Amino acid sequence: MAPILEINNLFKSYGSVEILKDINVAIEQGDFLVLVGPSGCGKSTLLNCIAGLEPITGGQLSIGGKDMTHVSPKDRDIAMVFQSYALYPTMTVAKNITFGMKVRGVDQATQDEKLAHVATQLQIEPLLNRKPGQLSGGQRQRQRVAMGRALVRDPKLFLFDEPLSNLDAKLRVEMRTEIKALHQRLGASMVYVTHDQIEAMTLATKIVVMKGGVIQQIGTPSEIYNHPANLFVADFMGSPAMNLIPAKTKANGKGVEIEIASKSGDPITLIDTKNKDLPEDVILGVRPEDIADASLRGGEGRQEADCLIDIVEPAGADTFAVMQLGGKHVTARLHAETGAVAGQNLNLVFDLGKVSYFAPETGERLN
Amino acid sequence: MTDLSYTSPRSGSRTANILLRWALYIMLGLFALFYLMPLFVMVITSFKSLDEIRTGDLISLPREVTFDAWRTAWSGACTGIQCEGVRPFFWNSVLIAIPAVLISTLIGALNGYVVAQWRFKGANLFFALMLFGCFIPFQVVLLPMARMLGLMGMAGTIPGLIFVHVIYGLGFTTLFFRNYYVSIPSELTKAAKVDGAGFFRIFWSIFLPLSLPIIVVTVIWQFTQIWNDFLFGVSFSQAGTQPVTVALNNIVNSTTGVKAYNVDMAAAIIAALPTLFVYVVAGKYFVRGLTAGSVKG
Repeated sequence: MAPILEINNLFKSYGSVEILKDINVAIEQGDFLVLVGPSGCGKSTLLNCIAGLEPITGGQLSIGGKDMTHVSPKDRDIAMVFQSYALYPTMTVAKNITFGMKVRGVDQATQDEKLAHVATQLQIEPLLNRKPGQLSGGQRQRQRVAMGRALVRDPKLFLFDEPLSNLDAKLRVEMRTEIKALHQRLGASMVYVTHDQIEAMTLATKIVVMKGGVIQQIGTPSEIYNHPANLFVADFMGSPAMNLIPAKTKANGKGVEIEIASKSGDPITLIDTKNKDLPEDVILGVRPEDIADASLRGGEGRQEADCLIDIVEPAGADTFAVMQLGGKHVTARLHAETGAVAGQNLNLVFDLGKVSYFAPETGERLN
Repeated sequence: MTDLSYTSPRSGSRTANILLRWALYIMLGLFALFYLMPLFVMVITSFKSLDEIRTGDLISLPREVTFDAWRTAWSGACTGIQCEGVRPFFWNSVLIAIPAVLISTLIGALNGYVVAQWRFKGANLFFALMLFGCFIPFQVVLLPMARMLGLMGMAGTIPGLIFVHVIYGLGFTTLFFRNYYVSIPSELTKAAKVDGAGFFRIFWSIFLPLSLPIIVVTVIWQFTQIWNDFLFGVSFSQAGTQPVTVALNNIVNSTTGVKAYNVDMAAAIIAALPTLFVYVVAGKYFVRGLTAGSVKG
């Protein structure tokens, strides 16, 4: 089966400013694609290009196997949910939902039937005769109505432009779950834009990380998290961010010896038995959860080292310990019952099983 | 409304507060009196007979109320050689003002919608030029416009005057609507595009229903401008198509012998009534519309 969305060599520029450079993405039916990146990376522009709201400068784009490069938004068989929800202020909720069908000349009976179906599905029946300004439930209800307007079209592709960024933290988590449940129930294909890497990780079946109009990496959440393609992705995805520690390597009989400068004087040395052929200068990428209390965690492939703890931040389930290694702040995600005390040395284990190495000059992944 | 008591939080200064408040009201009252005085003089003079005006006090109430001056002003006063009062000219003004207001408002709304929501190449330049049109002194355009009206065969006609007023109103109506529409999130247009609506459908179904406050502002503004216009009215009209402002001038300036102040006053009030009426009916929207703009979605 043809991919539901296929983008080939897409370019987009405003005048002489290139916003998107050589974008290639394809997703299958049922995929949940998340475009993620810092603001200004072009992710929203890319979504607008997919919707047809922005003409593209070069390349080709097809939806459902049909070339849609120059097709107008209404004929692309898409539905879109906007950041501000963009509900029509003078129309009731019902009219908001049926506006698209009315424009298309769908007969009244079908309109009523579809409206009733969507209203039941989203539990917004009591709101149908209200105007957006009269929704007492605030953002949550507006969001539901915006979803209803998209669902009623039953499109090939759903597009979401940061739909949760206007919500407070608690509601955002709830609505995130709701969107995920909706995706599972409908089995629909979705493209979702966000700057929140946690949203990207939790929702996506496939993530596209972007920066400066260029795709940095495409992969499943686990690929992106465990095998970041470069320093940018490593730093951007994950919270707290991956520790990126400048280090020196030396070939050794069993593998590679990694030497990291330490504030207390003597450098700490770790031995990686899995990776070989590394340049002398590398940047070592270690997730905070791969640094643990030696006394609470054992096992093989783990390297112990004494480190001077600068700051201890209890966060309930975890305790974060911050230390200085290789001239950088390094965070370890420790067990809540850790014995870490600020200003004292602690014996830590480094799990090098999922370690990443990056070239300091190019930022590209080495292993 | 600002609560004056906030300026002095101590409870002991209550008397000072009351004094301050009274001082404020007296001040406002004096201003109101100052502004209303001329209107008051006009109204009472229009109800006096000429004899009483000659012998009486300017601000004393009429001893005997008479409507003769109003009758004369409406249908008998002479404007040059013609003595039909302001009535025919009043209707000329109505025939000029209503279509000109409606057309310039509608085109202004469309212009504003395009400039604010359908950004095209050179949109900013286009808008800047439109704005420039707001600030051209109208004396400058009299001769070219007269030539143009002549070429179009509309010189001295009511459609010609409508045309002139529409053209020179567009700068302001476009400005009003553009500033109103620019505050409406562009996502609304995008959502409607995805929903399948086109240029006019979006304008008609989404933007116009949102526009009541700014329509009221524009209508009041345009109506006042066009109704009160004298320069275009006197330049581009001929006998039979002159608006009421020109007639009023002729009545006041062409009397022979005794000046009929009461008739002049009555005619002036008649000429000003429609704009007063529009303000009274729609004034509260005017203030609201000038400050409004944001759409609570």
